Amino acid sequence: MTESGRPRIFLVEDHAVFRAGVRAELGNAVDVVGEADEVAAAVELINERIPDVVLLDVHLPGGGGQAVLHGVLPHHPEVQFLALSVSDAPEDVIAVIRAGARGYITKTISGGELLQAVYRVAAGDAVFSPRLAGFVLDAFAHSTAIGPDPIAEGGGGPVGAGGSAGLDPELDQLSPREREVLRLIARGYTYKEVARDLSISAKTVESHVSSVLRKLQLSTRHQLTRWATDRRLV
Amino acid sequence: MRPQEGAPIAPGVPIEAAQGTRWPSYRHPRSWHYSHWDQPGQPSTTQFPSLSTTQFPSSSTAQSPPWANGRRFHGRRMHHHLRGMHRTSETRVLAGVCGGMSKATGIDVTLLRIGFVLAGLAMGFPVLVYAVAWMVVPMDQETTNIFSRAINDRRGIRLVVALIPVVVITQIFVSVLHIGFIGFFGWPVLLAVGLTILIWRNASEPERVWIDHDLVPMLSMGSEGSGRWKLILRVSAGALLAAGGGVVLIMGHTSTAALRPLAGVVLVIGAIVVIFGPWWLSLVRDLMSERQARALAEERTQMAAHVHDSVLQTLALIQRSADDPQNVVRLARAQERELRGWLFEGRPPGTFSEDAVMLGEGVGLLQHKIEADHGITVQVVLVGDCPLTDALRALLDAAREATVNAAKWSGAPQVSLYAEVEAHAVMLYVRDRGVGFDPDAVPADRQGIAQSIRARMARYGGKVVIRSSPGDGTEVEMSMPRSTNSSTTTSTISS
Repeated sequence: MTESGRPRIFLVEDHAVFRAGVRAELGNAVDVVGEADEVAAAVELINERIPDVVLLDVHLPGGGGQAVLHGVLPHHPEVQFLALSVSDAPEDVIAVIRAGARGYITKTISGGELLQAVYRVAAGDAVFSPRLAGFVLDAFAHSTAIGPDPIAEGGGGPVGAGGSAGLDPELDQLSPREREVLRLIARGYTYKEVARDLSISAKTVESHVSSVLRKLQLSTRHQLTRWATDRRLV
Repeated sequence: MRPQEGAPIAPGVPIEAAQGTRWPSYRHPRSWHYSHWDQPGQPSTTQFPSLSTTQFPSSSTAQSPPWANGRRFHGRRMHHHLRGMHRTSETRVLAGVCGGMSKATGIDVTLLRIGFVLAGLAMGFPVLVYAVAWMVVPMDQETTNIFSRAINDRRGIRLVVALIPVVVITQIFVSVLHIGFIGFFGWPVLLAVGLTILIWRNASEPERVWIDHDLVPMLSMGSEGSGRWKLILRVSAGALLAAGGGVVLIMGHTSTAALRPLAGVVLVIGAIVVIFGPWWLSLVRDLMSERQARALAEERTQMAAHVHDSVLQTLALIQRSADDPQNVVRLARAQERELRGWLFEGRPPGTFSEDAVMLGEGVGLLQHKIEADHGITVQVVLVGDCPLTDALRALLDAAREATVNAAKWSGAPQVSLYAEVEAHAVMLYVRDRGVGFDPDAVPADRQGIAQSIRARMARYGGKVVIRSSPGDGTEVEMSMPRSTNSSTTTSTISS
């Protein structure tokens, strides 16, 4: 953060029109420290300027948003990524989350919501759209978890989340409370409304969501690994 | 591949296609062809390539150039005739060579054709003569011939040169097997094939369209051979080859002396394959990539056509209704929905299935209609899916009522619709962040809608809970029990 408390933002997006639109919408609330329109330039500039939050387009010439995540997170794990895309297909969403993004929003999001998402990611929390919550509920639908698969652990490697062991069976299941939280988010509730509905604090909601994000990144559940590898190119 | 802004929609596609006027050759190659080539006041044929070309008066004076009028063959003037000779496009069966010769010499075109076919079958070299004429004699209404373009086609020439070892191998085989007549027959035919490659690559655009759309399908073996004469052609070609093979086999049987040189032949062939094999492979790959490039160009044309039909039309409509923001939003949203369906779900544009089979399709249809009719965003989240039953159709009807209600009354720009398929029931939530209301003091008209939602659900044993308070939006919760016999799809164990 700068002295003024404004998060330092970096924009990675290949459509100049959309970049200009995001700049205008975020206005003075954030500090845009740089822009890039392709993977190589993005990786170089982000590693050089180390922003708080990177707004990352999933579909990017030169390897896609994932390539930027793989190029930055090993060197600067403190940089937070918020992915955005026109497509909300599970293959795109899950792949970029498992590569280390802290949240995912679609490009039709309003300016106010975008700003809120940026602040939340800057604070280290996860941003779950209703759609993403739905995907997670779908992927973790059957409570009988598939046993940990050491082969699946080896390839691709999720980054960014704490280095805990991948053999934790807890990772392949959602707790009843997490399920409740996700279901409310999928119904269109804000974190504040979820907290009120479940009579818990907003902080507790955020920790549940962060825990789900960790499971999403590390779980070896079949559907997640399939979504993450079924890259569609549109 | 992503469409890039500012980049041409379809490089390799004529400008007219990208700008909206369709490139007619891809859609109606025939009609275009005719309108282009038919002469006014001349009978036009509706089947093409035409076997019934003889229906044209072959010595018609009306369609012949004045200098060819009624002239008969004269040795001294022959040269003059041939220099001015043009292939005829309107009476062509293959390349129009016979038609052109008929005009130049005055000999009946049918006689010439029969002569060419018989001579070609008997000796082979007339086939080569025909191919050379195809290259050298220009098409009518064209000033250049194919040959002038072909000499600059280095890749095409490489391809033809690659055929030479094939000719050599054939000759060796033939001489060993003592079937000289095949060799005598074979080399001009093979050379003609080589020339055909050059012709195909260097023909003028109208001729190329004709070759691609009429000639190639006619010869292709894998095509759906609807025409009976195509079948006859194919069967007779097969029979000829089989007969030839049979003759060779019988001859090989009687003269065992041929076996020894055969070993040598195999060695020579092996050497040639080793030397030229990789080169042939690369040439084949070249040919394949060229095919792919053509397919790609065709796909781009279709893409351009789609973008024109949908996106450009919508943009035009939006410009026209610039003073009506509500309508602009509605148009943009409907277009976005359609484009997403096309890009991400592979749904052909303009075909939103009216009768959904699965719950997910039904929800998508509902979303599409309400967004188009009411200019709001319906955010859909679906967990699991299952086939639609009557009870679930009633659930969708109730959900539609609830969503339309939110669109009309809440004032919110977005409505969330969440559906989850559980083991024994389907849960569906419709939520808005609009003005809300006090459920205990609702206006009569709203009560009516609430009642209609409840009534639909109650008929199949479903339940409805409506939660709302002024200023806090509304949520309609609906649950419909699933019939036990269809619980085979994904389900969530409710906690």
